[in-house]
Amino acid sequence: MAIKSRRKKSNTIVLHTAALFLLPLQLLFSVFLLLRGHNDPGGGFIAGMVAAGAFVLYLFAHGVRSTRRILRVAPRDLLGFGLLLGILSAVPSLLKGKSFLTAQWWIFHINETEIALSTVLLFDIGVYFSVLGTILTIVIALSEIDHG
Amino acid sequence: MDILIDHPTTAKGEDFPRWGIEGACFEMLPNAPYMPFLGQCGVGKCTKRNENCADGVFRNRALLPSRKGSVILKGIMLFAILAGIVLAAVTPTIYRIFVKKIGWLLALYPLGLFLFFASKITDVSTGAIVHETWNWIPSMGIQLGFTLDGLSLIFALLISFIGTFVLIYAGAYLKEHTYLGRFYSTLLVFMAAMLGVVLSDNLISLFVFWELTSVTSYMLIGFDHENPTARKSALQGLFVTAGGGLALMAGLIMVGIAGGSYSMTTLLADNNLLLSSSMATGMIICILIGAFTKSAQFPFHFWLPNAMAAPTPVSAYLHSATMVKAGIYLLARLSPILSSHPIWQFTLPVVGGFTMLLGAYMAYAAIDLKKVLAYSTIMALGTLTLLIGIGSPVAIGAFLCFLVAHSLYKGALFMIAGIIDHETGTKNLLHLGGLRKYMPVTAIATLISALSLAGLPPLFGFIAKELMFESILATSPLHVGILLISLLSAMFITAIAMILVIKPFFGSYQETPKKAHEAPVALLLGPCFLGVTALLFGFFPSLVSSLFSESSVRILQSPQHLHLALWHGLNLPLAMSTLGLFGGGLLFLGWQKNRSPIASITLQISRLGPESGYYYLMDGLTKISKWQTQLLQNGKNGLYLIVMVLSTVGLVGYTLLSKYGLHLHLDLDDIRFYEWFIASLMVIASLYVISTRSRLGAVAAMGVVGFTISLIFVLFSAPDLGITQVLIETLTVILLVLVLFRLPGFSHFSSPLEIVRDIIVAVSAGTLMTLLTLAAIDVQFFPSISKFYIENSYVLAHGRNIVNVIIVDFRALDTLGEIFVFAIVALGVLSMLKLRGSDGD
Repeated sequence: MAIKSRRKKSNTIVLHTAALFLLPLQLLFSVFLLLRGHNDPGGGFIAGMVAAGAFVLYLFAHGVRSTRRILRVAPRDLLGFGLLLGILSAVPSLLKGKSFLTAQWWIFHINETEIALSTVLLFDIGVYFSVLGTILTIVIALSEIDHG
Repeated sequence: MDILIDHPTTAKGEDFPRWGIEGACFEMLPNAPYMPFLGQCGVGKCTKRNENCADGVFRNRALLPSRKGSVILKGIMLFAILAGIVLAAVTPTIYRIFVKKIGWLLALYPLGLFLFFASKITDVSTGAIVHETWNWIPSMGIQLGFTLDGLSLIFALLISFIGTFVLIYAGAYLKEHTYLGRFYSTLLVFMAAMLGVVLSDNLISLFVFWELTSVTSYMLIGFDHENPTARKSALQGLFVTAGGGLALMAGLIMVGIAGGSYSMTTLLADNNLLLSSSMATGMIICILIGAFTKSAQFPFHFWLPNAMAAPTPVSAYLHSATMVKAGIYLLARLSPILSSHPIWQFTLPVVGGFTMLLGAYMAYAAIDLKKVLAYSTIMALGTLTLLIGIGSPVAIGAFLCFLVAHSLYKGALFMIAGIIDHETGTKNLLHLGGLRKYMPVTAIATLISALSLAGLPPLFGFIAKELMFESILATSPLHVGILLISLLSAMFITAIAMILVIKPFFGSYQETPKKAHEAPVALLLGPCFLGVTALLFGFFPSLVSSLFSESSVRILQSPQHLHLALWHGLNLPLAMSTLGLFGGGLLFLGWQKNRSPIASITLQISRLGPESGYYYLMDGLTKISKWQTQLLQNGKNGLYLIVMVLSTVGLVGYTLLSKYGLHLHLDLDDIRFYEWFIASLMVIASLYVISTRSRLGAVAAMGVVGFTISLIFVLFSAPDLGITQVLIETLTVILLVLVLFRLPGFSHFSSPLEIVRDIIVAVSAGTLMTLLTLAAIDVQFFPSISKFYIENSYVLAHGRNIVNVIIVDFRALDTLGEIFVFAIVALGVLSMLKLRGSDGD
């Protein structure tokens, strides 16, 4: 089997090229899913998995080293960042003396466009990064066994 | 003095509960300010001991307008405790800058505390009580409440006074030790926690501080962590005190339930509240176990001598002067509301008396300087328990005097033991002698403290001992046993005092591992100051009598006036003291001659003591956990699955059948042809999974099952679940493939017997799920909550996607927990893979 080769890098030029173009598209799509999630199918969990899928596809096509390079940060830092956002989203409710994690909303208008910011959104972004970080941590660790 | 009072359960204008019988009087001002976190507060003026209060009728008196300055008082006790913890956090950094003078520098903290508490002596002695309350967990009625009254003030003064010298002493004793910064950190945390114990008004916060002292004690006993004995002793101390702590927690919760409050002030206001409850017996037993383990009462005493593995400053501070007295403090604190119970009245004198005699005898038989002092501490703790158990006004007076006297002389003697060990290199009494020429100051300090230990005039220990005899003589004649025991203990202790002075310092000089020389100032300061204080209190007992009177008011809840004097006239207590002295002299002579048979007999007997029970218990625990680990967690994945599946089938199946019965009604008419198709696809894929010999094939077939499930979600209009399922399946297949390529080939295939076993397990799991599903279709177990979410999703959470709203808003706490689980899983996988890598090297 081709994947069994030590370098973990696909030789098919189709996958190689497709992954290059699919990565940004998939990431963009994941952000779209994340932001629409409160009203339509989507949300941090699903979006995080889509983003992770994008990187995993890239990893299969271009190898671990290249994936780490385009990630720029260690995957477990993404995980930590996600957890941090999750915790931070609880702070406003505490400051207002409400129960832990009570949602806080700030809705304002710019040129008749309603912009709704909330701790819920922050929390969902936290979920997004935790999911992304978890999957990438595991997948990259597994792919690196041979290199270690 | 101005006092801030805050009593949430009292409505504005109502009377406050009185603080003790002769409580000070307050009235809520009409325009009482509202404090953030606190609620309505009153600022009043204490009217001192008011005659109008003494008759038991409470009247509000002497109102003064509120002053802004009075609010400043609030927060000082919390600040005092937190300061210690903050200081502990920065100590390792400070240590790097002031390596040499660190002890002197850090001693400023307890010194400041001491000055603060000392400045409150006048006010508190006249009946004032300082309260502070912060809401900590208001939903559970838990406050961070602090009370400074006579009793807590005495303890706080001891903690800060002796703490000052211990910190200075430790700097010289562990001079330039690698881990001195760490040592000071732990010691400071302990100091703060100990203050928390004696100042806490809320039982829960008291318990938290109590456990914190156990934990810091564990770390300090095991400070020399490369020494196996130290580690073992530390663990033993922790198991005994923290085990007792669990009992204490149960007891305190029972107190909270029975009394309807965790606030000591509220509980102490009604003497009969707790004992009329049906939980009284259990409550008292639990609290006594907690107090007895902490204060090393028989049969829990054995951890204390072993705790001497700690550096000497720790022994002087935690294991004689302060921490072991936490149990005693709790007994004294709760005695007004619990002491009329028969268990209390029986257990305290009996256990206390026996511990006293046992400690005194063991101290007499020991030859290690620190062990001698440890056992005599056990004796002292027994005496204190006994005196609380007697509970008469004289006994409580004796209790307070003995408490202070013991902390002073025992703290000093431990520090001296450390000096001898430090300057000569041994603490074996048999190898010491004639040191007075080389260490004159140490010799004098020892003499003073030993005189107090023996209870000789003019030391403060004498006053304590006289009062003790007086209180024991005043109890009913049936207690003649206690009288004998205390006389015998007094003889032993006198002998020990003589041994401590004469053996190391007099006689002919013996060669020691190190050339003996006088100790530096930092080491001598503590013993000298503590000795001088004992001397001062002995000559001028009036210095402490008003504070002690006020303390005994708190313990006895009735007006007291304690008269302390060196000379009580020629009476029976004096005769007993004299008798004790002569007996002690004889015992000392006996020690000189028959030391080795005494030691060997004691060793034989102590093998049967409760410590062996402790070891049996610990060994048993290890054996049981080993056995059950081998049974349940033997590392075979298949077995784990079988255990989990079968227990689920058993428990859930039993609940289902016993509660809801069988529901086999199934309506197949409404099923569309494509639904049949999806279902049969799933069955075929499952059959392929279990029959194929290729792992990759199995993984792919599992993927088929997952994707068809997601198809079902989509068909039944749950797009979110469908998407999630598709993504999860994709990633699962990727992960499994990544793992599979690293697995070795199958080593063997299941035997027919194993196949049958697996089939049974699998079929029973499948049957259970089918039955559950059928039952779920048929029976509405609970009212559905989907209506709530449908109605409120947009109204309350501004979201139309109910699944997402539930995840990130309604049940956000669950999600937060889940993402932390992700993190743990990811880190677990990461460390497993990385560790495996390093093992291969």
